[in-house]
This record gives sequence, C-alpha cells and structure tokens, in this order.
Amino acid sequence: MPFQPMLGGMVATQSDVEPTPFRDLDVTRSDSSLRRFLHGLPGVDQVGAEQRAAALGTRSIKTSAKAFALDLAISMVDLTTLEGQDTPGKVRTLAAKAMRPDPSDATCPATAAVCVYPDMVATAKEALGSSGVKVAAVATAFPSGRAAMDIKLADTRDAVEAGADEIDMVIDRGAFLAGRYLEIYEEIAQVREACRRENGESAHLKVILETGELQTYDNVRRASWLGMLAGGHFIKTSTGKVQPAATLPVTLIMLEAVRDFREATGTMIGVKPAGGIRTAKDAIKFLVTVNEVAGPDWLDPDWFRFGASTLLNDLLMQRMKMKTGRYSGPDYVTVD
Amino acid sequence: MTTSADPRATFDYAPAPESRAIVDIKPSYGLFINGEFVDGHGKAFKTVNPASEEVLAEIAEADDNDVDLAVKAARRAHRGWSRMPGAERAKYLYRIARIIAERSRELAVLESIDNGKPIRESRDVDVPIVSAHFFYYAGWADKLKYAGYGEQSLGVAAQVIPWNFPLLMLAWKIAPALACGNTVVLKPAETTPLTALLFAEICQQADLPPGVVNIVTGAGGTGQALVGHPDVDKVAFTGSTEVGKAIARTVAGTDKRVTLELGGKAANIVFDDAPLDQAVEGIVNGIFFNQGHVCCAGSRLLVQESVADDVLHRLKRRMATLRVGDPLDKNTDIGAINSAEQLARIRELSAVGDAEGAERWSPPCDLPSHGYWFPPTIFTGVNQAHRIAREEIFGPVLSVLTFRTPAEAVQKANNSPYGLSAGVWTDKGSRILQIANQLRAGVVWANTFNKFDPTSPFGGYKESGYGREGGRHGLEAYLK
Repeated sequence: MPFQPMLGGMVATQSDVEPTPFRDLDVTRSDSSLRRFLHGLPGVDQVGAEQRAAALGTRSIKTSAKAFALDLAISMVDLTTLEGQDTPGKVRTLAAKAMRPDPSDATCPATAAVCVYPDMVATAKEALGSSGVKVAAVATAFPSGRAAMDIKLADTRDAVEAGADEIDMVIDRGAFLAGRYLEIYEEIAQVREACRRENGESAHLKVILETGELQTYDNVRRASWLGMLAGGHFIKTSTGKVQPAATLPVTLIMLEAVRDFREATGTMIGVKPAGGIRTAKDAIKFLVTVNEVAGPDWLDPDWFRFGASTLLNDLLMQRMKMKTGRYSGPDYVTVD
Repeated sequence: MTTSADPRATFDYAPAPESRAIVDIKPSYGLFINGEFVDGHGKAFKTVNPASEEVLAEIAEADDNDVDLAVKAARRAHRGWSRMPGAERAKYLYRIARIIAERSRELAVLESIDNGKPIRESRDVDVPIVSAHFFYYAGWADKLKYAGYGEQSLGVAAQVIPWNFPLLMLAWKIAPALACGNTVVLKPAETTPLTALLFAEICQQADLPPGVVNIVTGAGGTGQALVGHPDVDKVAFTGSTEVGKAIARTVAGTDKRVTLELGGKAANIVFDDAPLDQAVEGIVNGIFFNQGHVCCAGSRLLVQESVADDVLHRLKRRMATLRVGDPLDKNTDIGAINSAEQLARIRELSAVGDAEGAERWSPPCDLPSHGYWFPPTIFTGVNQAHRIAREEIFGPVLSVLTFRTPAEAVQKANNSPYGLSAGVWTDKGSRILQIANQLRAGVVWANTFNKFDPTSPFGGYKESGYGREGGRHGLEAYLK
C-alpha cells in the first residue's frame, strides 16, 4: 500500500499537530493512486455497522453520568440558523442564546459556536464579542456545492475576512459519485488555503460530506479519508438540508475513520454530526459512541460538535430536570 | 470565556441497575407435575446467584418415583393433547407466547439473577427469542401436513437442558414438541432452575391442560432417571458431549428417538478482505456473548496472516471497552461465570494454554470480590496441537490461530471433533459460498455470528450431535 504514515506512533494532543494537506504522499499523486487507496480501505458491512450502533444506543446513562453528558453536549453545540429568512435580529438573538443558554443558571455552559451564512458572520461576530463562542460560516455554495471553483473560494474568503473562526464547506458530491476523487481533494486543499488570514492564522475547516447523498457506508468511509487527507480539521456529516442527515451508524463510521487516521498519521481530526439530532437522549447516544469508538480524547468541543438548533432546548430541559427533579416544559426555556 | 465541561473529567457511566423488585423469588420450589407444584422426594438443593454467591432458593430434587409420576402424568395428558385439533393446540401456544412477552422483564431479571448473564442480553436476546419461538411453532401446529414429516406425535418427550440459556433452551425443546402434539417432562439444569419454574406458572396462567408440560428439577441422577424411563418415546438433550454420549448409550437398543445438541469449538474465519471493524464486533460477539457459555461460540479465531496484526490490534482495543460486572447493570457487557465448577474448568484450561506456550492477554478490568468471574481473555500464538485449540472451554476465552490460504483455513476449521457452527468474514460473496460449502458445521454465519432466529434450523455435525432444532426442520424430531 503506498500510504505511508507521516508521524507514525505519535499521539496528537489538541494543538500538537496541525492537519496539513498530505501532498507529499504517493496516494494523492494521481486520480488512480487516490482511487486505489480509498478503495483499498476495509469495507463496511452495513448490517454489522448498524447493529453496533444500535447496541451502543442501548447504553443507560443515568444520574452523574447524565449530568456530565448533558453539560458536555451543550458545550458541543454549533447553534445553527441557515434560513433564507435570517435577519441580523435573528442572528443576534441566537448569539445571546449561545452565550447564555439558560438565563436562570450561570453554571450552564455556553455552546461551542454559532453557525450562519457568510453574510451574517459580521453580525454574529459583533454580538458574540469576546465571549469565546466561535462563529462558523457555511461556505462554498452551501448546501449543493454547485458553483465554479473561484466562486466557492470567494465565498470562503468573504466569510474569513468577516471574521469567521470556522468554515463549514461542502464537497462536490457529484464529483465524488463520478469517481473524481482528486478533484475533491484539490478543492478541499484550496478552500483550506482560502481559510488563511493575513496574520498567518487560519480559520478551522469542517468538510461536509453530505452522507445522505453518498448513501453507502463504504462511500462515507472513503469520503472521510478524503476530507482528512486533504487537510480538513473536522469531517461533518450533513448540511441539514438533505434527509437522512446525521444518523448514528454514519457517525460511527466517521469516528472509526478519525480514530484510524490518528493511528496512521498522528493527526487528530474532529467529527460533527449535523441535522436530525433533536433530543437529549439521541445526543447522549452519540456521546457514548464517541467515547467507545474514537475514545475519550474526542469528548471535547474541540473534537466533537453537534450541528443543531432544536436540540439545545431539549438538552436544557433535561438539565433543569436533573437539577430540580421535575420537568418544566417548553415555556421555561427560551424560544429563539 | 466559554465555560465548557472539564475536558479532564471522564465519561464514567454511573451504575444503572435494573430493579429486582419485579421478581418474586420464593424461599423454596417444588416439582411441576400434572399442572401442580408438588414436593420432591430427593435431597433438596440450593440455587445461587453466581454474581454474588447469594442463595436464592431451595429447589426440590426429583427422585426416580417423582420422575415416574411426571412421565405418567405426561402419558395421560398425551391422549387428549395429541387428539386436539392443531388449531386448538396453537391457541395455547400463542397464549404462552403472549404471556412470555408480557412478563418479559420479569423473566429477564430472573434469568440474569439465576444465570449471571447481563440483563442487556436476557432482555434483548434471550426472552424476545423465547417468545418468538413459541409464536413460530404455534403457527405450525395446524399446518403439520404441509411440513413433510407426518402428522403423528411421538408421545412423551424427555427433555434435558443446560444452564447457559435456561429459558431459551426450554423454548427450543417445549415449543416444537407441543406444537406436534407431544407432551413433555423437562429437566432444567441444577444451577438455573428458576425461569423454568416461572414458566410452569405461565403454563398454569395459560390454562394449559395438566400434564402437557411437567418440570422436574434435580442434577445428573434426575436426568438419568428421566432419559432412562421406559415409557419415554423421545429424548432431547442439549449439553456436553460427554453427557450426550452417556445418553446415547442409555437409549441404545430401545425404540426411543433421540436428538442431541452438544459441544462445539467453532472456527471464526477472517479473510484479509473482510470488513474489519464489523469482523471485530463479530469476534467479540462470537466469544464473549453470554460469557462464552455458548455451544456455538466462535472460540477459535482463524485470521489470515496478512491482517492478523491489524485484527488483533483492533480486537484488543475493542476488548478494553467491554464492561465486566453486575449482570443487572444495564451497561454490563460480560456478566458472571455460571458456577464455581465452570470457573474452575475455565481456569484449568487457561492454565494449560499458558503451559503450552500460548500468550495470554486480557484488558485491565476490576473483577468483583464475590461471585464467579473471569476476564475476557485471548490466547495468541495458538496452534492446532494446543489443547485450547481443540477442547471446548465454555468461557470467555478465545484461541487465535492464523492461516495463509482459503484451503488452509478450511482444513484447520474442519480439523476438530466438533462441527456445530462456523463464521466466514469476507467482502467477496463468491468466497462465502465456496467456503461455507466446504465447512463441516451445522450453522455457518457469513459476516455475522451468533445470530438466532426461530425460523432457522440449528444443530451439529460429528461430536456436536445430531438432529435439528428450529425452523421447519425442527418439527422432524417430534413427528412420525
């Protein structure tokens, strides 16, 4: 196999190793070598993968473990609004919610980020100030990714210049399904370049695979490796605009990919399931899967995120229930 | 500043115990003969919770006379039961199946307490399949003429079952026997009688005619009296090959029909093109399901040498996440070993593995101080000459061997006195068919392991026994 681990044996910590495009490797030399590598990855048995995900979903997370998981899940939420009807007022409301999800309880953690379209980045950035809550922008002709490359790059630069901390890009699924893997590799690597700021820093890049359009788990595994090889900081399941979005088995396959990638290269990549996770119970199943498949190193907002909007309020209601012993109802969490 | 959860804190799963309050264990139990609980006349014995060594109840032992009474009750009941229209027998079986489903939590908790298996398995595997088995054979009761094995029942079936799946083995025995119009005398294992006795209560609840199901408790002596009873028409046994041979000798020369489901040393064959992450799950499920107390357990891993290191690395990493402990905790993956006797056997054979030069590995895990426990264990560097590659350990102990070519895999897999089950892992469909055709095993799983379904026949080759249970084939053993 032409794939050579670059940093074999080393285990990355948070800022230890920056993901970089693995241009030097033989595997990305040509379309055919990249194809050989991606198709040489072990296959995924659909029945077995779904059975494993279902078994992880039966874990019973109670009392102290549940309290820990709820706070962790809140701190991992990318609170998202991606609507044509988004306005500065809506984005400011969302930012306030992200910084202080539960106005009645100061011990409630803030969410990880607010996720918006590029034209709303400046508004979100201003509203969040120095709170530490990040601004993520979807870019590259989100959600379909059907635009010329220079437009995608301009879209990215626009968001980065407006102050986006994180860019959520979409891959060209048409190119993937047609087998033009190198094209996608180049695309991700170029967007990664466009994430650079003048001061030398770089916005973090999340690569959206849109697994609902890739359909098979073999494709999900290959796309995950493609996104990691090309230098994404995160691999993300979905735009939220296509069904099915983030399922547990798909996230399981992606967690296996980042686990295997770290073992092969020493580089740690994050995972973000997005879309369709609406209840605290579901979120906890994902955290159990992170814990038992990728490992506890990924139980951190730097390495695992939930792309969600309605999930947050259910997490907050469950958190209140843990604290007070009774369910309060939707009138006791803010509707934004 | 963002207040995030402390990244140094770990995600420790808090205890999540299933409540015991749903089960009502009596201080003592009698025998179930002719629809009633009666005293036994042998020496009463105790059943313990293997996870704590707590004594659960005192159980009556059936002596020869008690067994005779049970067989006579079954004989009397057979007259009416066998002449009842199949559709009427089906009503009773459907009723039993429904009651089992309704009382599933109670049965699952009791099974875990008496056997030591994790509640996750008794709740999600054992009890649902038990109910499904009764539903399935209820459906056959009025369709026997289409099965192709005749329509006439044999008479009284003597059934002796093991302790590893107490209720499930009961269902495998009783459901087809009753559907075909036979009546039964069943002896559960001496270490796990409680769910069978609860099943007797369910028979009462279902208004099953007296004597159709009789349950006699006891140890080997009771079993001998039962299978040796002259008025028994059919003997069905699941358990060790050693006892199976003794039963075959006992019934030799009589006109009793016999089916035996005995030991195994299944090969789980992983080719280099296998879906490796799922293969690892299959290996884990194959050998650690039910603490490895599974006759069809995948206790010999045959892995292609070119991926052996990768597979072992993944397997060890996965084993480190297995949770060993309280069977009633909903997050437990591996429960208690069923008895002190079985624990001693597992320890003895594992020591032989060490002595023969195989390399033992277990993940770090704290075992409870009371009860019978054995950590999930693998032996690497095992070859065909080692005893741990040939003898059934019946515990959470996996022997890992390697092979180079498909032909070598088949040769090694078949090189065993047993032939109950096998597994094949490969992404290549043609190879699955080719290898499965060459394996001398009653069940071959492809890209999965330890999958059970009432519609699928199960049984062995060679010293793993004869006869099939489950599916249409399972009717043959109870019809003439």
